[in-house]
Amino acid sequence: MNSSPTLAVALNTFREAVRDRILYNLVAFAVILIASAVLFGEISIGIQKIILINLGLSSISIFGLLIAIFLGIGLVYKEVDKRSLYALLSKPIRRSQFIVGKFLGLNLTLLVNTLFMTAGLWGTLYYLTRQFEHQDRFIWIAIYFILLQLCLVTAVCLFFSCFSTPALSAIFTFLLYVIGTLSSDIRAFGELTKNVSVKAFTTFLYYLLPNFGNFNIEAWVSHGRSVSGSLILLNTLYTLCYGGVLLTASVVIFSRKDLK
Amino acid sequence: MSAIEISGLSKDYQIGFWRKHPWRALDGLSLRVEQGEVFGFLGHNGAGKTTTLKILTGLIFPTAGSATILGSPLGQPETFRHLGYLPENPYFYDYLTAQELLDYFAWFFPLTPAERTQRRDTVLEQVGLAGFRNLPLRKFSKGMLQRLGIAQAVLHGPEIVLLDEPMSGLDPMGRREVRDLIVQMKAEGKTVFFSTHILSDAEALCDRIAVLNRGKLVGVGRISDLLKAQAGFEAVVECSSPEVLSRIHSLATKPPLALGGQYRLEIAEQNVRQLLALCERDGLKLVSLNPLRFSLEDYFAELSHTIDTRGPASS
Repeated sequence: MNSSPTLAVALNTFREAVRDRILYNLVAFAVILIASAVLFGEISIGIQKIILINLGLSSISIFGLLIAIFLGIGLVYKEVDKRSLYALLSKPIRRSQFIVGKFLGLNLTLLVNTLFMTAGLWGTLYYLTRQFEHQDRFIWIAIYFILLQLCLVTAVCLFFSCFSTPALSAIFTFLLYVIGTLSSDIRAFGELTKNVSVKAFTTFLYYLLPNFGNFNIEAWVSHGRSVSGSLILLNTLYTLCYGGVLLTASVVIFSRKDLK
Repeated sequence: MSAIEISGLSKDYQIGFWRKHPWRALDGLSLRVEQGEVFGFLGHNGAGKTTTLKILTGLIFPTAGSATILGSPLGQPETFRHLGYLPENPYFYDYLTAQELLDYFAWFFPLTPAERTQRRDTVLEQVGLAGFRNLPLRKFSKGMLQRLGIAQAVLHGPEIVLLDEPMSGLDPMGRREVRDLIVQMKAEGKTVFFSTHILSDAEALCDRIAVLNRGKLVGVGRISDLLKAQAGFEAVVECSSPEVLSRIHSLATKPPLALGGQYRLEIAEQNVRQLLALCERDGLKLVSLNPLRFSLEDYFAELSHTIDTRGPASS
C-alpha cells in the first residue's frame, strides 16, 4: 500500500480534530479534574498520592474514551453524509487507504491529547510529592494500556461508522465498551452456572467481544505495584489482532459501499 | 482510444424499508466520448446523469455493464491521475481554507512541492478565488464553493474533466467564467464531460450531447445534426377569413399562436409551397417567413414529450 495517501488522510483527520473546540474543552476539563485530585487528597491523609494517580489515570481513560467516541462515530459517516468524500475518492486513493488514514489520524489525535493529560498528571504529582519515586514509572505502562484501549475503541467506532449513523454508532460503541469491561465477569458467571448452554454462550461472548478489562491497571499502578512484561506483550498483541480484524472488516464494508 | 467508453451500464438501487425491491436508475447505457471533445449530458432530475458520473468516478458500483477511461477499467486509482471530477453541489471540509484544501488534494498526485504550489496558485487564479485563499471554507458562498470545486477538479491538469452541474449556484458572471474555463480546457485538448440542466450552456459549449430519460439514452449526437432534423419554417400571417384560418391550421405543425390579428405558425419545409399558394390564391397576407432553428430546449422538450406519451421506461 502506498503510504502517501494514507498519511495525507491521517494528517487531515488530525487537523480536523485539533480545530474542533469541543476537543479543547474536554482536554481542559480533564486536566482540571486531575489537578483537583490534590484537593481530594487533602481529605484522605496518607493516601493522597494513591488517590491522585488513581483519579488521574481514570480521568485520562474516561476523557480519552469520550474523545475517541465523539470523534470516531463521525469519522466515515460525516464524510459520506456531507459528501466531502466525493471529491476525495475521485483522487488516486484506495478506499482502504482512506479507512486506515482515518484510523491513524484519530489515534494520532488521541495520542497527543493523552500526552497533554499525562503531562497534567505528572505536574500535579510533582506538585504534591516534590519528587518522583522508582515505582512511578509504571504510570507510563498504565498510560500505554489506556492508549491501546483507545486504539481498540477507535477501531470499534470506525467499524460502526462505516454502516451506521453517529447516534447509533455511539450507543453501540459505548455498550460494547461497558460489556467489554465486564467480559471477565460474564465469563465467570457462566462458569458458576450448571447450564452448559449458558456457559457456552458466555464463553463465546468473552472471546467475541473486546476485552477491555485487561487494560484497567489504574488501581494496581496507583499502589506502586509492578506490571509484568507478559501482560504488556499480551495486551499489545491482543490490540493488534482485534484492532486488525475490526479494521479489515471496516475496509471490506466500506470498499463495497455505494456512496449514493 | 476513446476518452470514455461506456458499455451497457446499468444501476439498480434497492428501495423500500421492509420489502426491498430494485429500482433501475440507469438502464443499459452505451456511450463513447472521444478525446478532446466537450460532451454534454442532459436529462431531467433523476434521469441518471449523476449516477453515470458516480459510476465513472468509482463512488458507486454498476449492477451491469462496464466502462473504461482512456482504455483503463474503472476502479484503478491510477486512472484518477488523468481524471478530474466536480461533484454536484460540492461540499468541502469547512475547517480548511481554499489553499489548504488544494494543498491536501494535490498531495494525492505525483507532483513535487514546487509543482503543487504552482498548480494551486494557477487554479485559484483561474477560478477567481486567489483573493480568498486564506478564508475558511465555512465562510464561502455556494458559488465560491462551486468555483473551488472546479479548481480541485483541474488541479492536477487532468486529460478528462467530469463536471456534474458545473453552472449550478453560479451568478451570471460566474457562469460566464465557467463557460470560458470549459472553452479554455477544450483549447488545451482536454475532454470535458458535463451534465447540465442549463440547455443554453450545453448548446453554446458542447460538440456532442447525450440525452437521458429515466435511465435510458434517448438521443446522442452533434448538436447541429440533432437540430437540423427538427428544422422547419416560422411564418407570421394576417388572416380574417375563418375558412383560410382552418386551412392554415392544417399546414401548421403546432396550433398557430394568435398575436392581435396576426398568427404565428410553425410549418414543415414541404408545406411552404402550399402556404405561399394560399397567399396568392386566397389573399392571405404573409408578414414574415423565416427558417426555424429549433433550440436545444425545443429538441429536449419534444424528445421528453415523445417518450412520456410512449409510456415509462421499463425497469
